[in-house]
Amino acid sequence: MEDMLAVSIWRGGEDGEFVSYDVPRLENQTVLDVVTYVQRKLDPGLSYRFACRVGMCGSCAMTVNGRARWTCRTHVSRVADDGRLEIAPLRNLPVVKDLSVDMVDFFDKWAKAGGAFSPTKSRADDFAAIPPGDAKRRQANAGIECIGCAVCYTSCDVVTWKPGYLGPAALNRAWTLVNDTRDGLGRARLRLVAGDDGCLGCHSQQGCQEHCPKSLSPTAAIAGLKRAVVVAVLKGKL
Amino acid sequence: MSVEGIQSRVWLAQRLSAMVLAVAVTVHLGGMILAVQGGLTAAEIIQRVGGNGVAASFYGIFVLAAAVHAPIGLRTVLLEMTALNPRVADGVAGVFAVAVLVLGLRAVLGFYQLGAV
Amino acid sequence: MAGQIKVTHRNHATWWAFALHRLSGVALALFLPVHFLVLGLAIQGEAALDGALIWTEQPLVKLAEAGLIVLLAAHLTGGVRLLALEFLPWRDWQKTLAALAGGVSLAVGLLFLVNAF
Repeated sequence: MEDMLAVSIWRGGEDGEFVSYDVPRLENQTVLDVVTYVQRKLDPGLSYRFACRVGMCGSCAMTVNGRARWTCRTHVSRVADDGRLEIAPLRNLPVVKDLSVDMVDFFDKWAKAGGAFSPTKSRADDFAAIPPGDAKRRQANAGIECIGCAVCYTSCDVVTWKPGYLGPAALNRAWTLVNDTRDGLGRARLRLVAGDDGCLGCHSQQGCQEHCPKSLSPTAAIAGLKRAVVVAVLKGKL
Repeated sequence: MSVEGIQSRVWLAQRLSAMVLAVAVTVHLGGMILAVQGGLTAAEIIQRVGGNGVAASFYGIFVLAAAVHAPIGLRTVLLEMTALNPRVADGVAGVFAVAVLVLGLRAVLGFYQLGAV
Repeated sequence: MAGQIKVTHRNHATWWAFALHRLSGVALALFLPVHFLVLGLAIQGEAALDGALIWTEQPLVKLAEAGLIVLLAAHLTGGVRLLALEFLPWRDWQKTLAALAGGVSLAVGLLFLVNAF
């Protein structure tokens, strides 16, 4: 193990540049630890986001040596290339400053995809009984662990090519709700996710699932939406 | 009809034509690999497809499916990878579809008539 | 001077499968009208067709034909893979499917070459 890491960190906005820092190499060191060291010890002006540090909040994703990763759960030993780390903001989102990107588009698209739960019952009703083995529940379960880190969104070429494309995370969210028997939005949601900017824009490159830190498969969710759209079209309901 | 309704039907048309093409291309590839053995001659081809209604219908459907499938794909590529205005991309795809259809059907008809001579 | 961020997110099997599908699709779309035009010229009679066929006997032309066959086979197998992905229940072994599609298309090209020479 080398004593020092050669770290380049993106500084500035869209037209910023990399600045080099030397950071002591430790055992059990995450990429977020490295960024935090730079901010605490070398350059207090460095902007970046994190909150939970345990892979739940989804706020610390960055581009590490060319690939989007959740930095709090990414060990330096797994990604350092000969003791070198290049840490940059996420692609496909406007850079605010340094490692912070503007996530507004990303979350607005969740809303555009009908990502809000639309209840069919009130708190006065009894619990909805859904057997865990239920086929639709299993489809929903496959996608609900998403932490909204935008690693998939940043790894998708369709997002780069078509700024209006809803993206893997929002479509994955829509698919979990399509399979939630308590939800009442139904065809209205299908209309939101149909079309070229919705699920039909996906080319199944599968970069989303290749890079998802939670090992989810948005491509599978999007394929499910495509089938639901086809059924609606054939029934003349879309 | 809504925009997403039209886009969904165009998308479905490309997938359905892809299913037809999957069968047609497999037959066409198999035919070519078998036919190319020992070299091709005009007499051989004319004997096989000339005046052959089955071959003409098969290739007619093939051309039709290709004329649906290829322009939709080309339009997607133009929209994603060029700065072309969407209307212009629609126009290019439309012209391309007509060209493939006309040239393709002309070739199929030509081969069919070769046998009738 | 603005910096350049390294990008490596594309280097995985299914992205390369996409790239091959797009490249072969565009190449085949451009080839299609040319193919029909040449066929249209050749079918003006048996002599014209034989003339065109003799031209295709050149080794370089045969090699180019084999290239086209590989592209067609790659677009066919890649397309069947996509149809299965989109219309059949999800499978987790997508990379295996992509590799299978690539292998089959290379085999088809080889088969054509072996038969053509």
